[in-house]
Amino acid sequence: MSEPKGEPLLEVRGLDVRFHVSGGSVHAVRGLDLSVHRGEVAAVVGESGSGKSATMLAALGLLDPNASVQGSVRFDGVEMIGAPGSVLRGVRGGRIGMIFQDPMTSLNPVLTIGRQIAEAVITHQKVSPKQAEAKAVELLETVTMPDAKNRVRAFPHELSGGMRQRVMIAMALANDPDILIADEPTTALDVTIQAQILQVLRTLQVERGLTIVLITHDLGVVAGLADTVHVMYAGTVVEAGPVVDVFHRANHPYTAGLLASLPRLDRPERELVPIGGMPPSLRNEPAGCAFAPRCRHAVESCTVHAPKLQSVGALRVACDVLPFGTQDGR
Amino acid sequence: MMPFLLLGIVTIAFGISRLIPANPLASIVGERQLNNEVVVDAAKARWGLNGSIPEQYVKYLKNMSNGDLGTSFRTRQSVVTDLRERLPATLELGVGALLIGGIGGVALGAIAASRKDRAIDHGARLFSLLGSSLPVFWIGLVFLSILYARLGWFPGPGRLPPRTLPPPRFTGFYSVDALIDGDFSLFKECLKRLAMPCFVLGWAYMGSISRLVRAAMLDELHADYVRTARAKGLKERTVLRAHVLRNAWLPTLTILGFSFAQLLTASVLTETIFQWNGIGSYAVQAAQTLDYPAVAGVSLFGGLAFLLANLVTDVLYAVADPKIRLS
Amino acid sequence: MTSTTIGRKRGRIAPEFRRPAIIGGAAVAAAWLIVVLTVSWWAPYKPLESVGRRLDSPSWSHWLGTDALSRDVFTRVLYGARQTLPISVAVIVCAVTIGSIVGSIAGYVGGWLDTVLMRIVDVTVAFPPIFLAMAVAAALGPGLRNAFIAMVIVWWPIYARLLRGQVLSIKHRDHIQAAVSIGAKPSRILRKHVIPLSFTPALINATLDLGQVVILTATLSFLGLGAKPPSPEWGAMITDGAKYFYQWWVAVAPGLAILTIGLALNFLGDGLRDAFDVRARR
Repeated sequence: MSEPKGEPLLEVRGLDVRFHVSGGSVHAVRGLDLSVHRGEVAAVVGESGSGKSATMLAALGLLDPNASVQGSVRFDGVEMIGAPGSVLRGVRGGRIGMIFQDPMTSLNPVLTIGRQIAEAVITHQKVSPKQAEAKAVELLETVTMPDAKNRVRAFPHELSGGMRQRVMIAMALANDPDILIADEPTTALDVTIQAQILQVLRTLQVERGLTIVLITHDLGVVAGLADTVHVMYAGTVVEAGPVVDVFHRANHPYTAGLLASLPRLDRPERELVPIGGMPPSLRNEPAGCAFAPRCRHAVESCTVHAPKLQSVGALRVACDVLPFGTQDGR
Repeated sequence: MMPFLLLGIVTIAFGISRLIPANPLASIVGERQLNNEVVVDAAKARWGLNGSIPEQYVKYLKNMSNGDLGTSFRTRQSVVTDLRERLPATLELGVGALLIGGIGGVALGAIAASRKDRAIDHGARLFSLLGSSLPVFWIGLVFLSILYARLGWFPGPGRLPPRTLPPPRFTGFYSVDALIDGDFSLFKECLKRLAMPCFVLGWAYMGSISRLVRAAMLDELHADYVRTARAKGLKERTVLRAHVLRNAWLPTLTILGFSFAQLLTASVLTETIFQWNGIGSYAVQAAQTLDYPAVAGVSLFGGLAFLLANLVTDVLYAVADPKIRLS
Repeated sequence: MTSTTIGRKRGRIAPEFRRPAIIGGAAVAAAWLIVVLTVSWWAPYKPLESVGRRLDSPSWSHWLGTDALSRDVFTRVLYGARQTLPISVAVIVCAVTIGSIVGSIAGYVGGWLDTVLMRIVDVTVAFPPIFLAMAVAAALGPGLRNAFIAMVIVWWPIYARLLRGQVLSIKHRDHIQAAVSIGAKPSRILRKHVIPLSFTPALINATLDLGQVVILTATLSFLGLGAKPPSPEWGAMITDGAKYFYQWWVAVAPGLAILTIGLALNFLGDGLRDAFDVRARR
């Protein structure tokens, strides 16, 4: 795991996403700040509904038309929010590759995988269809797809889940992107296959210095792959920093709660320790800190004033009741 | 299954033709001769009307298995010959209608889906609704009276201009034969004469197809693979064409067989109005003159065609959907 | 696919039925119904009497002109409703009734009875409907009554299939099993449980089919196999009008009548289908 350096490759400032649905709007992402540096593997962690997918989709302009997006997302200095279609299309698949959670439904069932990978190539590079197909085979071999030359003519439903996810990765890498955004890449896969896919990603990162944004709710995946982690809760980042620091010196009560709720083999407790309560509904936004209703350390001001990210050593934490210093995530 | 259905159809056709209260012999031998036993018996023998009904049925089946469907009372030719002569005319209409209806329908449905709820979407839906609410023969008449009688944009009813001989027969399709023969002006004239009836015939089909395609595309637009395609940087138009439409048009195959029945129905009327010498108008003439060998023959043909259309639909669907093709 | 009951709310109509399609379609259909029932009281002329000049174009005294026998076209179109609409409704009612009985028995009882009945249905459906209708109508002779019989024969199998499918899917539901287990007789189960639940799709289908039957009635008359002259049936009127391309009103007017009722029924049927879809999803 390399040390991040230099100007951020991807910089999100004050990102705000609202979905307009019948009966109101859902404030899915609320004033989010996030930076990813070149060569870094950044994990974005949170439960379902925390807004982690919406953040990345907003960056690429891939949200449904009923979403309104404000704020800034700068990729290599270029503003993405509100950028014209041609700019976005150039970046999508070209400089930013994205893979999604369910490879079965994310691939077109009536086209061969070779066709779909070649399509990614042809969209951004001036090559002949034959060259694109050859590149497709090459890419499949890079992601350790067995028998790539023949598999290239297969349809998605003929492949296993792990192989399909490899296809997705191959498609995303087709044009040698600067960043790979992986939205829950292993969630839909068996545990053993998960390990394989993570290995593929790890190899890519080491060999090519690929910058990866890993969206997941699985802390184990984070520990195995990421350099930095951004913890999201209710549409905003509550804690961010190097993985080692966050895991061992979690400051934010939510992060601490998350880590404490993990079943651990080295300390056999008899009961699992969940975080009490439920995440807030983002239709009627909470005033102040969104985690306050469930927080053991909450005080009066927490429900009034929403905390901003502050530096605490190597970490940045959004909490006003600091410091209360926790050890080993308890 | 199919042979059984065919047998059933034949039986029904036979049964219907024996229900006729009017005496068909009257039209064969003439009213005055009905009391002349010799003439009547000879006629009965000749036309297969002697013997009891079950005997006639068996004889009919036997003849049918030899490819003999009897002789038409009206044309005095074998029914099989009649059908064979008229088949190309109906096919020419049918193919044209399917092409217009199919291509037009897919295009219309795709456009309506991509501009959902805007003016063109409503226009397309109204267009298809009209197609299925209007009686075909009325539309044909209206078109003829406006586009031909009043505006003169198209020629009148009939496969050929008056006092024109058909081109040498290769396929029986006058348009194609004219082209093969090198007679371009006749070819163009035939196409012009095909235009109106094919459109009228295809309109209802276009309506069903465009509604299906629109619904299927709207469904597919929410699919995950569409998001992937956009994430690859494809233009929206490409996404619609190469991905969404590719999946959305599959359900249209399922109604191909059913639409064929509708087309057959409509062709009966279209041929009558546009004076097209095909199987549809033959059926009408047969029904109007109580020519029951012809009625039975046409019914059998219709049933066969319908079953065949269903079979073709199944095969096409299997070919088009990779999931089925490989299993 | 789930099926739902027709709501028996007293008083207000449920919101999902308050769509423009349903309201508009029902209004037009109701208007025609009123015409059928009351036209003899207020029509400007009589349908069979000659008035004015032949082939007169539309004017204030003859809103839709006159035909070749100097009869007022507007009056004839209105009276035509009395020919076409009641027959069409009767066809649908009979077809639905016969088809439902046959289909639900076949579906519920199953076994060889099911097989036999369904084979009959299959054969009838494999017969192209227009040919079947033409053949039967021709065999029985011209006249609206024979056309009626021909159309019922063509239409009942569709409902037999529909009801059989519905019954098959409902048969295994728990409350049916419960009724069986307490010893209720099959006829009672069919009557009180199965058929009410299966009815909605049949109703929707029937509304959409009614438009098709109207068109088929007119078609048969057009071909000379249905209503006889001088009856003002719409299809027969179009046959007359076909000879007069330039006096367009003779043929166009009855066609417009068919169009309005066809559109109305299509809207009504589609609207009902959407409304019941909404209910099923609730």
